[in-house]
Amino acid sequence: MTLPADPPGQLHHLLDIQSLSREMIVRILDTAASFMSVTERSVKKVPLLRGKTVVNLFFEPSTRTRMTFELAAKRLSADVLNLDVEHSSAKKGETLLDTLRNLESMHMDMLVVRHNESGSADFFARHAAPHVCVLNAGDGRHAHPTQGLLDVFTIRRYKPDLSKLVVTIIGDVMHSRVARSEIEALTKLGVAEVRVVGPRTLIPRDIEAMGVRVLYRLEDALPDSDVVIALRLQRERMQGALLPSEGEYFSHYGLTSKRLALAKPDALVLHPGPINRGVEIASDVADGPRSVILEQVANGIAVRMAVMALALGHAGSKEHLA
Amino acid sequence: MKILDHQEIQKILVHMAAQLEALIKTQPSPVIVGIHTGGFWIAKALHNLLNLPEPAGELDVSFYRDDFGRIGVPHRVQPSTLPFSIENRHVILVDDVLFTGRTARAALNELFDYGRPASVLFAVLAERQGKELPIAPDVVGVHLRPSPGEHIKLFGPDQLELRIIPSPV
Repeated sequence: MTLPADPPGQLHHLLDIQSLSREMIVRILDTAASFMSVTERSVKKVPLLRGKTVVNLFFEPSTRTRMTFELAAKRLSADVLNLDVEHSSAKKGETLLDTLRNLESMHMDMLVVRHNESGSADFFARHAAPHVCVLNAGDGRHAHPTQGLLDVFTIRRYKPDLSKLVVTIIGDVMHSRVARSEIEALTKLGVAEVRVVGPRTLIPRDIEAMGVRVLYRLEDALPDSDVVIALRLQRERMQGALLPSEGEYFSHYGLTSKRLALAKPDALVLHPGPINRGVEIASDVADGPRSVILEQVANGIAVRMAVMALALGHAGSKEHLA
Repeated sequence: MKILDHQEIQKILVHMAAQLEALIKTQPSPVIVGIHTGGFWIAKALHNLLNLPEPAGELDVSFYRDDFGRIGVPHRVQPSTLPFSIENRHVILVDDVLFTGRTARAALNELFDYGRPASVLFAVLAERQGKELPIAPDVVGVHLRPSPGEHIKLFGPDQLELRIIPSPV
């Protein structure tokens, strides 16, 4: 069973950045910008998704992503079910399809899914009832589209003209679905140059096909960078001895203020979180004036609201009546 | 087809401001809020005429509309801007055209998500037939009776002009 593409101008599932048009990415970012102000009011809620049911199905641990998806749904007035798989029937051997059918019986409208297998969100999208929207909240090494979107959203707020930017992504690109989604989002939006830099064991061999420049020394990658994204070292996904030690990784690839000085003076520092202080990023950089790491979290709520509203609203483009 | 030109609208606005003045006489320091886009142009004009100290606020009610399930998220939603707290304040809500009343309903709902105003007055430049909700304006600039298939639209913001256009739906 193949998944039909969304009609032009409409979003149904969000599985990866690759299947989004540039126009849809811009639409999501613009819609997110208009949701930002909702957070500043006394009632932090709009009634768009009243009566809709959103299920967060997380097979992997998550703090930020799950909480911000939950908050996004609640700010849109949806009802939210959080299924913590550690304590659910999936632990008792229920198959994914049975879990899906049961959730559909509860009349869910949207499924937000995270799973350690690449392609799992796609699996749910292919088997879900036609009215159910599936949002990928991270599947294996494949994609984490809302993270990619919130990163470009954060960058765009500071540097609206993306066409002139040099963005450098540091670290464990091999295991990073975040990196893949970021690279796709940045290149679709026409960023001047995306660089990836890290130890050879953590840079996939085919990554240049994504349109990035590969470097192996941080000192070579940072000069002229407008944006520096440090990735988390994903110990839980590593098999075998890819790295000598965290200390040695930090000594070569840790983002310190001395190294950051090689980038442009107004370079932004991003990190998808959770940060490992003293492993991929020094504390003074993570907490420093160029860090927008905590803004990324807040922006993530608005971006996820935009994706949910666009998917469940079956976004028409008609101008409304007075 | 043009119904009212800029000069005619200015005269109507002066008249509306006088009516509002009488209504707000007993209300200390009112604030004015216009509904995006045409309602905000009218609100700014009334704001000048009434000489209110605080800037006019603007509501984009897109996220409060009752037709979201049918038409989805509109393009270019402007963030609402209320540069003051409306808690316990007298609010003058302004729109350009009152038709079904659904936009006013959405605006009231959004307004109340910013706080609890002491009172709300509703002023519109034009009211036409076709109301579907029990919403009554306190001040009306002009009453119009276009044909059911026609739509009334305010053009602006520098030269205001009220026109009848074929319904976009």
